[in-house]
Amino acid sequence: MTGTLAAIGAGLAVLGAGIGIGQIGGKAVEGMARQPEASGQIQTAMIIAAALIEGAALFAIVGAFFL
Amino acid sequence: MLNLYKIVSFILVFLLPLWVFAQQEQHQEDGHATNTEHVVSPSHDSLINSACAVPYQGTQHAGEAHEMSYADEVMIHISDANEIHLFGDVHLPLPCILYSKKDGLSFVMSSAFEHGHKVVNGYVLDHGDVKRIQCTEALAHLDHIDFTETRKGSDGSYTSVAVSHGKEYIIEKPATLLNIGSATWFDFSLSKNIISMLVATLLLFVVFNAVAKSYKSRDGQAPKGIQSFVEPIFTFIRDEVMIPSIGPKYERFMPFVMSLFFFILFSNLFGLIPFLGGANITGNIATTLALALMTFLVVNFSGNKHYWQHIFWMPGTPKWVRFLLAPIEFLGIFIKPFTLLIRLFANITAGHILVLVLIGLIFILGKNGESIGGAIGGGAIGLLFAFFINILELFVAFLQAFIFALLSSLYIGSAVVDHHHDDHEHEVANSH
Repeated sequence: MTGTLAAIGAGLAVLGAGIGIGQIGGKAVEGMARQPEASGQIQTAMIIAAALIEGAALFAIVGAFFL
Repeated sequence: MLNLYKIVSFILVFLLPLWVFAQQEQHQEDGHATNTEHVVSPSHDSLINSACAVPYQGTQHAGEAHEMSYADEVMIHISDANEIHLFGDVHLPLPCILYSKKDGLSFVMSSAFEHGHKVVNGYVLDHGDVKRIQCTEALAHLDHIDFTETRKGSDGSYTSVAVSHGKEYIIEKPATLLNIGSATWFDFSLSKNIISMLVATLLLFVVFNAVAKSYKSRDGQAPKGIQSFVEPIFTFIRDEVMIPSIGPKYERFMPFVMSLFFFILFSNLFGLIPFLGGANITGNIATTLALALMTFLVVNFSGNKHYWQHIFWMPGTPKWVRFLLAPIEFLGIFIKPFTLLIRLFANITAGHILVLVLIGLIFILGKNGESIGGAIGGGAIGLLFAFFINILELFVAFLQAFIFALLSSLYIGSAVVDHHHDDHEHEVANSH
């Protein structure tokens, strides 16, 4: 039972992270389409933001693993 | 020529201890052979005191194939081990350096355990991992282990037992960082991860030595050979990661961030090579903990007064907000490296689990050899997806090394940046 709940929790965490990273990716592509000359900086900012979101999601997944 | 000498001496340094250990193990095996002849006696049951050994409570039978859940199987594959499992029954033995508070140090080659069927100095091998028999009184009579098992109790805790002649003996894991005070024994072995790490580091050393040499001998000329592989990555990290995030003081931190990046990159890539025992260097939380600890130390020891001011007395905010921010920012000092270590660990572990699960489809759909059609179907699906995931992991290996280096240099940058000349510095950084 606890295993199932942990799996649901991990799934929810991934859902949130997916929405977040999707937003970042979408906006970054929009930004790059508008200003192709700034694509390098946009890419770096995008990866940093994605890494931060991913960090939050991985916290949840690791928590689900151990609890 | 000098290079060759260096390589040979390195090989000697690593192989000589192995050889010495192997010799020792042979002696021990000789000793054991005579030992078991004495021990094999009909009165096996009467010798064992009741507190030590209880009748076996699990459901397995000796000689039968082990029934393990696929999740356990996957976990065993990604965790560290005291032997390198190549394929089938072929194992590379590794030297085990074990210290118990009661019996002191013992040096054993992991092949002396005979894949978990033999007890050596009170230690047994449980699925590639050395564990110690809790009750040492029973040792004199334990000549053969039928199998080892890990059970989940009703309270959710796990107990590992070694089963011999229908009796089970509790076996203990070595000390970890969490129970270092209460643990009874410590494992200092050159385990699978450590050996893979040494090999990856050696590779790193050889590659960068060659590159450094060719920079000396080919000064001013276009890069050649392995130089042309390293140079674009190196300049990318310097120009796109370090200079924008650290600023003009980046040169001081070049050795650290570059070592971080290339060590993580080589370890990640090394973990993707199949049939080498499945090294999982950066998928081990102790390794990433050590790496993040280095970043933590470098950031906080190079932090200037603006860095500490921004933590404890944030400028440009109302006073009550400063009191609110100080504890949060203080926790942030520890949370930042913690996310670093969790991110790298979880990404690499997740990738390895994914590949193992997809390969495991062969056994799941094939019902452990009962259904050949299922195995073929599982193989076809698993192969396709595992190939795809492996290619993805190749990208993740670069990405995670990049992110670790990027975030490390961002944290370093926040510690060393001079806030009085903030705008000017950004201009300098962007002009590169």
